[in-house]
Formats: sequence, structure tokens, C-alpha cells
Amino acid sequence: MSTATTQTPQRRTFTAAASNYIDERTSVSTFVKELGRKAFPDHWSFLLGEVALFSFLVILITGTFLTFFFQASMAEVEYEGSYVPLKGVEMSVAMASTLDISFDIRGGLFVRQMHHWAALMFVAAIGLHMLRIFFTGAFRKPRELNWVIGFVMFILAMGEGFTGYSLPDDLLSGNGLRIIDGMIKGIPLIGTWTSFLLFGGEFPGTEIVGRLYTLHILLLPVILLALIALHLMFVVVHKHTQYAAPGRTQQNAVGPPILPVYAAKAGGFFFLVFGVLALIASLFTINPIWNYGPYDPSPVSAGTQPDWYIGFADGALRLIPPGWEFVLFDRTWSFNILVPLVGLGLFIATVLIYPFIEAWVTGDKREHHIVDRPRNAPTRTAIGAAGVTFYAVLWAAASSDIIATHFKLTMEGVIHSLQALLFIGPIVAYFVAKRVCIALQKKDREIVLHGYESGRIVKLPGGEFIEVHQPLDEYDRWKLVSYESYQPLMIRPNARGKITVGQRLRAGMSRWFFEDRIAPVTKGELEAAHHEHH
Amino acid sequence: MNRSKRRTGRRHPLATAALLALGLVFTGGAYAAFSTTTAQAEPSPTSQETIEEGGKLFQANCATCHGLDAQGTNDGPSLIGVGAAAVDFQVGTGRMPMQMQGPQAEQKPVQFTDEQVKQLSYYVASLGPGPDIPADSLVNGGGDAANGAELFRINCAMCHNVAGAGGALTEGKFAPPLTDVSGVHIYEAMVTGPQNMPVFNDLNISPEDKRDIITYLQYVQDNRSPGGFELGSLGPVAEGLFIWIFGLGAIVAITVWITAKSN
Repeated sequence: MSTATTQTPQRRTFTAAASNYIDERTSVSTFVKELGRKAFPDHWSFLLGEVALFSFLVILITGTFLTFFFQASMAEVEYEGSYVPLKGVEMSVAMASTLDISFDIRGGLFVRQMHHWAALMFVAAIGLHMLRIFFTGAFRKPRELNWVIGFVMFILAMGEGFTGYSLPDDLLSGNGLRIIDGMIKGIPLIGTWTSFLLFGGEFPGTEIVGRLYTLHILLLPVILLALIALHLMFVVVHKHTQYAAPGRTQQNAVGPPILPVYAAKAGGFFFLVFGVLALIASLFTINPIWNYGPYDPSPVSAGTQPDWYIGFADGALRLIPPGWEFVLFDRTWSFNILVPLVGLGLFIATVLIYPFIEAWVTGDKREHHIVDRPRNAPTRTAIGAAGVTFYAVLWAAASSDIIATHFKLTMEGVIHSLQALLFIGPIVAYFVAKRVCIALQKKDREIVLHGYESGRIVKLPGGEFIEVHQPLDEYDRWKLVSYESYQPLMIRPNARGKITVGQRLRAGMSRWFFEDRIAPVTKGELEAAHHEHH
Repeated sequence: MNRSKRRTGRRHPLATAALLALGLVFTGGAYAAFSTTTAQAEPSPTSQETIEEGGKLFQANCATCHGLDAQGTNDGPSLIGVGAAAVDFQVGTGRMPMQMQGPQAEQKPVQFTDEQVKQLSYYVASLGPGPDIPADSLVNGGGDAANGAELFRINCAMCHNVAGAGGALTEGKFAPPLTDVSGVHIYEAMVTGPQNMPVFNDLNISPEDKRDIITYLQYVQDNRSPGGFELGSLGPVAEGLFIWIFGLGAIVAITVWITAKSN
């Protein structure tokens, strides 16, 4: 805009005049100049957060449409819409209005399906984005707080999803609410009170849909939007991370500037995400509430599951062995509910504070703007693999019945295998991932020192056969050698000459993290290797 | 030219074709007449001949497990008093004769003709009173789908899934999908309780209510989901897998495309 003004100073175009008008009144040009010149490193995995953001925008747009027609009331009505197998059936206004959206409002079913598919995509994209951040170590200083903000958004997104899933007041969502009600009631002392407070009396009551609606369309989206703003502000403040390459340092960010091409790409990307979601919504049924029928506390359908992101919690409940419940002091203690609640709480808390744990173990106070390749942080990658396995087993457990019918297994066999896997799986995953990382590092080292195997066998004049190794060019080599290798911390006495328990723990953790490591190739080693070859 | 001339001299060129057609009409007509007569002699529940034929089929195919007089052995239960409906369901859906002993009899291609299935059914029915094969009016789907849907959710969905997609039971047993089961077999299953299914007798669910349930299931069979492909009607598990594999898969492919270096 400003360039247009400088190029044609005599003839003021409308665009130039308009931008000038706006700039004189808002000083927006400094902001645009600053933001527009921000470099955004190019890598496909750096767009996953955008996918989450764009899915959220789709959710906002479609959700607004749905609020025009949805009525969050649990008053009883007789359904008189066009879906034949529900005609004349008593149901809540919430359910009836959702059916009307699906069958009697033009485009309603499409928008409803798009809203729901976008919600699934939103949480899935957040999950994948988080995995990318974790495995590349992009959560290290200065980005620890942004990790926490992002993780809180993940939890809020699950809350958004669950409240939305519960709104239509159909059989499936009612069953889901009943499980939540059971979990709340399982908390000692306050459980029953809390449940009555939440549902406005005995479950299901006549209040819950209206309350969840307020959470779903007001409180949670507002908090989410605020956190998104904060999250993105932090991205601007910190600059984006980048992979190691020649010319990239901890002080710069190398990539195309946001304006003009990158912004255009990102804008186009929004429409691609929108398009994919629209395509899915127009072709594939999601949450067919007309099959589920209105909520009634007595029936429960086979194959009743929550949406995928709540699956891990459902799976945890399914994996608890029977009989973990007893009466003591005239009260029922439901360890079958408390153990999953506490276990999952600990798991979530560990993920939330992981950046701080790792920072404490490494004792590294420097800023990190160049992200790791997962193989170059074997212990972190192994911990991540163990965590993913733990989560995946719980997730699979939520579909135990469907696994049993579709793979012709027994229900008990599936449950018992998953119970064992929940403990064995993460351990196996940890060691396998760590060994694979170290092996890959060894391979990288080998390539840096001796080049690629070219497959060309040459016979020397003396009769010896050797394979010619093709040396690496400097750009590729840079990517393989530029990473940091930490030494385990030494136990050192503090100022008073004492070795504290914390010190010992920290040294132990540090040894666990960094005992097995492959140091990056040094300049000396490289020269020696070259020398050898020539 | 010469040959055709000789032919025209003796008979019309189409005579062979006409003769062939005549022959076919006669054979076909005779066959049709014959089969009509057999249709007229469709196994009747009371006919001695039907029962005898059924008895022979039973001796040859069922007696090994159910005993020579259907009194039951260690390998199979007694069939005295199970009624024609039970046999028509088990044999008519291909569950019996059973392929192998397992958690429950699996469906396989039906082994007998409809006529033989009826003969077997009436033979077993003749051994003791039991539920009969339902009348057409109860199974042709003329009932109230909304009432049927409600009854289905209350009585059937916990095992068969709300959309009749089937579900898991304990120890390898399962409730099969109802997506392509005929009305008569659904009715027979309700009154006889095959495999691990409970019996829903007429006091529990009246014949009219059973008709409504069948009406609902037939509605679901005939009207595919208004929302598009159903993904097996398996609910959130299928939806979750779909969004991760195809939804996010497509999106990741797009991100790779966007960030690809242009040449």
C-alpha cells in the first residue's frame, strides 16, 4: 500500500487514498510493517496449528448458524417433524429442534454435520500440533508458557466438544452425561452434592441442556478466543521456531515474510480446510441423532462411545477390573472411578508441566529457537512414545466392543490384552523408540563422516574391492551435525558444602536423560575422516 | 443359392425356428404347469407327507447332534416343543446345520431349499407344540415405525445397536447386525430367542408391537442415512477413525503441498 503511494506520487489512486486515510487515523502501518515482515519458516508441520485455528473458525461460523434454530430447552414436546420413525414421540425441545435443523431447515443437516466434523478435526489438529511441538522440543525456553496455554486450550476444546455433544439430548449424549454424572457421584463426600448442583436435582433433571448451552456458546468459546489471541501473540513475540540449516541461528528466523505471499497462502489454506470439511460434511453422516432417538434413562445402545477425544477417559473406565468398590464408614468408596480420575489427572498434569520438568533436568537456561529432530533427543522422544502408547491403549479400550466384533475376538480377551498393554506397552515403546533414535543418530554420524553408500564397487589396482562413498554436500551436512548433546549433570555440593536430595534427584534424572547419547560430529572428527579418505 | 432354393422348395425357411419355438413353448408350459402343481402342494403343516419328508431330512442332517427323535444329545438341545418358527429361523438363515461348535452358531449360506426348510420346520412342529411361523400380515412392515423405533431402543438396542448395526456380547458371543434380515426371521427370532437372544413372547411384546419393530427395521433398511454414507452406523468410533485417517490425512497432504518448494 505504501509502495503504491511512493511509486505514483502525483496520481493518488483510491487504494492509496483509502490506506492513507486509515493510516492517518490508526497508525496501522507500523503494525502492518512489523507484522508483515515477520518471517515464517516453511515446513508442513508448522501449519498444523493453523489447521486447528481454521477448524475453529469453521466451528464458529457453522455454530452461529445453528444457534439461530437450536432451542436449549428440556420441555417435553411431541415430535411433529418430517422424520417418520420419530413422529409422535415425546422428546425435549432441544432434541426436536435439532431434528428440525436436520430435516426441516434448508441446509441445516449439512451445517450441523460440518459443525461436528469440524469439531473432531479441531481437536485432532490440536493433538497433532502438540505432538509436533513435543517431539521437536519447541516447548523449550522461551516457549514453556505457550505450551501451557496450548495445552489448556486442548482441555477446553475437549470441554467444548463434550458440551456440544450433549446438547441435542439424544440417547447417545444422554448416556455420555450419565457417565459424567456417575464419575462425579463417585467422588467421595462432595460427589452427590456436586451432581445435584450441576444437574439441578436428580439426574437428568430439566436444567442440564440449558446450562451446557451457556457454557458451549458463551463461556468456553470466549476463553478459547482469548487464549488463541494470547497464543498467537506469543508466537509473534517469540518468533517462529525453525529447523537447523545453514544461515539459521538462535537469533534469526529464516523464511518468507508474512506479507504478501505467506498471508495469501494462509488465507487460501483456510479455504482448503473449509473445503475439506464441507466435502466430508456433505458426504458422510455424523452423529445421526435420528437413529439414537430422544434420551430416556433406561435404554443404552450397543456401541455407545463418546467422540474420539473423550475416548481415552472412557477407555480408562472400561479397563478397571471389576469389584474395586467397597463400603467403609457407612460410605461407598468407588475406586473403580477414583483410580481412573486420579490416574488421568496425573497424566494430564505431567504433560502440562513437562517443559518445566525437562528444563529442570537439563539445567539449561538458554533460549532455543532451533528445534530438534526427534532422533537427536532420544530420551524425550522415548518419553513421548511411551506417553502416546499409554494414551493410545486407553483410546483403543474405548472401542473394545467394536474391536471384539470386527476382529472376531472375545470381549474379555480384548480387555485383558489392553489391561496388560497399558503397562507393558509404554515400557516397550520407550526402549524401542530410544534405541531407534540412537541407531538413527549413528547412521547420521556414519553418513556425515563417510558419505552415502553409492552402490558403486571399484576394483583397486591391487585387487581389492571397495565401495565408493559419495560425500555429503555442506548444506545437508549442516542439518545432520548441528544439534546439542548434553552431558549428565555432575553432583556438586552447594554453597554450604552439602549435597541436597534435590541435587541427587536432579543428577539421577539427568543421567537417565543423557547417559546414552551420540555426540554430534565435531570439526576435528570430520577433518580426520576426510583425511582418511584422500 | 442352390441350397436355399432346395429348402424353399420343401418348407418355409422359418419352419425350423417355428418348430423350435413350439417345442420350447410346450416344454416351458408343461414345466410351468408342473411347478404350479407342486406349488399347490406346498408343504402344509398338517400333511403327513410333509412331515415324513421333513423327518427324512432331519434324520440325514440334524439327528447327529439333536438325536434321532430330536430328543437332544450332549452336542445339541432337544427340539421337542421349539416350534416351526425356531427351525425356520435357524435353518432358513443358514445357522443350522451348524458349521462348528463355538460361542454361537454363525451364519453361512442356506443349505436347503425353502420347501425343505418348511418340511423340516413342520416335522419339528409335529413333535410338540411351539411358536409357529408368523403370518405375512405381521412381517410385511405395515405397522407404526415410530412405536417400533421406541420399542427397539428399549428392548433391542443394548445388544443390536440403535441402528441395528450389531454389537458385542461376552466371551465371543455377539448380537448380529439386522441390516439385511427379513421380517419373518426377525419375528421368529423374537419369539424363539435363538443363540444368546432372550425370548420376547407375546405377553412381553404383543404381535402388533413386533410388527411395528419390524416396520422400523425395514424403514432403516430401505432408507439410507439422510446425512450421507453411514460409516457402518458404528457411531463415534468410526467417525473418529475417519477424521484422523481421511480428514486429517487430507489436510496433512495439503500442508505438504502448500509448503513444497516450487521448482
